[in-house]
Amino acid sequence: MPQVEDTDPDPDPGETTQAVFTLNYPRIQIPFEITLWVLLASFAKIGFHVYHKITVWVPESCLLISIGLIVGGIMHSLHEKPPAVLTSNAFFLYMLPPIVLDSGYFMPTRPFFENFGTVLWFAVVGTLWNSIGIGISLFAICQIEVFGVQDITLQENFLFASIISAVEPVAVLTVFEDISVHEQLYIVVFGECLFNDAVTVVLYNLFNHVAALEVVEAGDVFLDIGRFFVVGLGGTIFGALFGFVTAFTTRFTGKVREIEPLIIFLYSYLAYLIAELFAISSIMAIVICALTMKYYVEENVSQRSCTTIRHVIKMVGSVSETLIFFFLGVVTITTEHEWNWGYILFALLFALLWRGLGILVLTQIINPFRTIPFNFKDQFGLAYGGLRGAVSFALAFTLPDNIGRKDLFITGTIVVIIFTVFIQGITIRPLLKLMNVRKTNRNQETINDEIHKRLMEHTVAGIEDLCGQWSHYYWKDKFMKFNNRILRKILIRDNHPESSIVALYKKLELQNAMEVLDQMSGDISAAPSLISLHEERKNASKSRKKFLSSDVTNMHELLSKNMYKIRHRTVSYTNKHTLPDDITAREILMRRHTSLRRSLRAGSFHGTNAAKMSQKYFSLPMGRSLNSRFPPRRLVHAGDGDIESEINYSSIRHPQRVSSKAVMPLRPLNTLKEVASSVNTVDGQNEEQRGCRRSHLGSNVSRSGHLTSHLPHGSSRNCSDGDHDAWVEEPQNNSDVQHPLMRRPHWLPQKPHDK
Amino acid sequence: MGSTNSTLLKIPNVEVLMQETGFSPAHIIRLHDRFKALDKEGRGHLCPHDFGAIKELAMNPIGDRIIGAFFSPGKETVDFHTFVKILAHFRPVDKDRPKEPNSPEPINSRSNKLKFAFQLYDQDKDGKISRDELLQVLRAMLGMQVTDEQLESIADRTIQEADLDRDDTISFEEFRKSLEKINIDHKMSIRFLR
Repeated sequence: MPQVEDTDPDPDPGETTQAVFTLNYPRIQIPFEITLWVLLASFAKIGFHVYHKITVWVPESCLLISIGLIVGGIMHSLHEKPPAVLTSNAFFLYMLPPIVLDSGYFMPTRPFFENFGTVLWFAVVGTLWNSIGIGISLFAICQIEVFGVQDITLQENFLFASIISAVEPVAVLTVFEDISVHEQLYIVVFGECLFNDAVTVVLYNLFNHVAALEVVEAGDVFLDIGRFFVVGLGGTIFGALFGFVTAFTTRFTGKVREIEPLIIFLYSYLAYLIAELFAISSIMAIVICALTMKYYVEENVSQRSCTTIRHVIKMVGSVSETLIFFFLGVVTITTEHEWNWGYILFALLFALLWRGLGILVLTQIINPFRTIPFNFKDQFGLAYGGLRGAVSFALAFTLPDNIGRKDLFITGTIVVIIFTVFIQGITIRPLLKLMNVRKTNRNQETINDEIHKRLMEHTVAGIEDLCGQWSHYYWKDKFMKFNNRILRKILIRDNHPESSIVALYKKLELQNAMEVLDQMSGDISAAPSLISLHEERKNASKSRKKFLSSDVTNMHELLSKNMYKIRHRTVSYTNKHTLPDDITAREILMRRHTSLRRSLRAGSFHGTNAAKMSQKYFSLPMGRSLNSRFPPRRLVHAGDGDIESEINYSSIRHPQRVSSKAVMPLRPLNTLKEVASSVNTVDGQNEEQRGCRRSHLGSNVSRSGHLTSHLPHGSSRNCSDGDHDAWVEEPQNNSDVQHPLMRRPHWLPQKPHDK
Repeated sequence: MGSTNSTLLKIPNVEVLMQETGFSPAHIIRLHDRFKALDKEGRGHLCPHDFGAIKELAMNPIGDRIIGAFFSPGKETVDFHTFVKILAHFRPVDKDRPKEPNSPEPINSRSNKLKFAFQLYDQDKDGKISRDELLQVLRAMLGMQVTDEQLESIADRTIQEADLDRDDTISFEEFRKSLEKINIDHKMSIRFLR
């Protein structure tokens, strides 16, 4: 039987033999194992989403822990030890920063700042309340001899208590999204968790330090309290500083786009590390850094870099979190546990109790200060949604060894985490749904009611947006003025307070151009249903259609599934496991766009309505000559610091009906100020040319009715360079006043760059 | 607060405005600030593209209709008074407002709120919501997965439910009647405008 000989058949003792085939495992061991573990965790994640229903009912954290348990079980039976990855350093230096950066970066700034007081209140005071409450109660329990845990000192109790007070919002937020809990609650939970982490870590370090001391004096306590504030504030200031430095740096990265994401990450991480160096709150530092820099950076940085940054942050944060939960499962099986019925069960009980009490009391105190007070349902959501997670586990695991009952604490933490994640995580959805059940029976509502109600909701939402945010904070207004006048000039490269709408329409135009090219023979010549609508009407029998009740139920279902929900500013940003996705906004804008075009063409198709149509047009934000010199902007915070929504056009290939088949009813507005537009010829052949050219509706006005979209060559630039920055004021030719829509501001065809 | 008084004085006819709309001075000032913020060129009145610059409004399915509601037919600008008066529709109803027998209905009465909603549908201002207009609104509010046939059935059903005199359109009275059960005060009010 032929055998593979590893070595030379004649080994000479002193001679080194050249092996044909070697294995050198120790060399690659560490990176190899890390990769395998991460891969395993990722497979687990992929696996869950294969069957969609699971993730709806069971939060992802549960699933990850379960898989971890299984793997742990396997390892245990093989008598393997899990890799010693969860050392203090590994956790605090490598695994925690991405998670926190993820939360901080995707925090919706405006609602956050509006609710800042509440968030801080719940985070800081709430955590303190929880820690101290649980600590004292547990200490009281310790005194009872039956449980045999008298040796745990007060400090150690506090330490344990602070560990199990750290809440994680992940599962809760997903449920909140689906139930459409109102924004305020959402942002409070999100913000609370974030700062909660910071506070917990600070407390942890504090109590750790205190626990090591034999005697605690009053002076020490005050010092510690003072230290607490120093740490918190220090972290904030530090973070802000780094945020500004980052923003400033990105101002100069115009020519080196590739390293832009790197700069963001480096600075954030640096903020974290240096904060650790000075022993101030590194979590606060990195969060505040992310918050401050996001606004400016996203204006300076190219589109691709922006996407890259977001994706990478999400990816790394998600991996980190996945790993931690996974390890939780593994470690549960493989470590030596110290079990103590009394202590652990009481710990669990107190954790739940104190959180509930805390929320109740704190809400009562803060409600008068809020414009929209929390009702009982909200409080329940807040309290019940306090799941413990990654941070608790890591903190427990990295307890120093001089704590006598370390194993007990670890076991206790694991129990609390598993209980909250599994039991609370799975039941919160049905409970919230139950509490949200409307009093009126759905089917008694007529179709009429549904439609009109939704219309009214949209109206109110629109008017609210129109009114803008009435900030309650004098300082916020001051800051915004300061921002616009000074900061933006320093930190942003091309400081044009361009309306984000304009950027959006640019994108849309481009998108439409691509689609037009793709469906050249299809959509364009398809007669708009305008015709069909009218013909229908003519032919429509006067006879009443009979609607079966099943039809009506179907309609109800259709409406409830397809009617656009009211804009929810926070929702898309806080789902921890996915990136923001804006299908609705995309659809609405696309529809506007296509209806815009239709209305132009419709004039020619439909004789009888032409008279009416001609006067109607769209109140578009016209005017701005769209900065032909500068690279196109993505949707960005403009002026009033809105949350930007990234419209991810790369994925827009799904075969939806692009053409909206209704014309938007438009208001007669007879004068519009417009860019001095050129009269461009419609150039059919140019449609052949693909690429990232911008399309625009050329304005051969006077009701020519052609589809005047074409791809301009470089030559057809009539928009004078002079009116870059001007809000266009030049009045139109009178003859063209009928179709101001045709006057789209057009922009230079760009050379392909970061697109 | 001296500054608020002086700001108030700058607004012409502010007393009349407050009387008609029922807004408090603080609200008027805030609205004025907002008006000024929207009026980027400082002309003293707003044009459609000023409204269009509000990003969230553009994302609103019926955003353009809402904008259109501010402009009465024939006018292309909105001055502060009109602005405030339109917004007054959305004030929560004053339950304890004394009912003077001959005073005109307050702007934020249920009926006026309904009229506002009605005009969002009725773009051609003929006092009736035609099937077309309904279809257009439906199209705007529904996602793209809904086919035309489905839309038309829904529109037909809507008209069928509301249309009492069988003229295939919905008049204001029919509209009002069909929404009897809905708490319009609640639905069409903005809390912070109280």
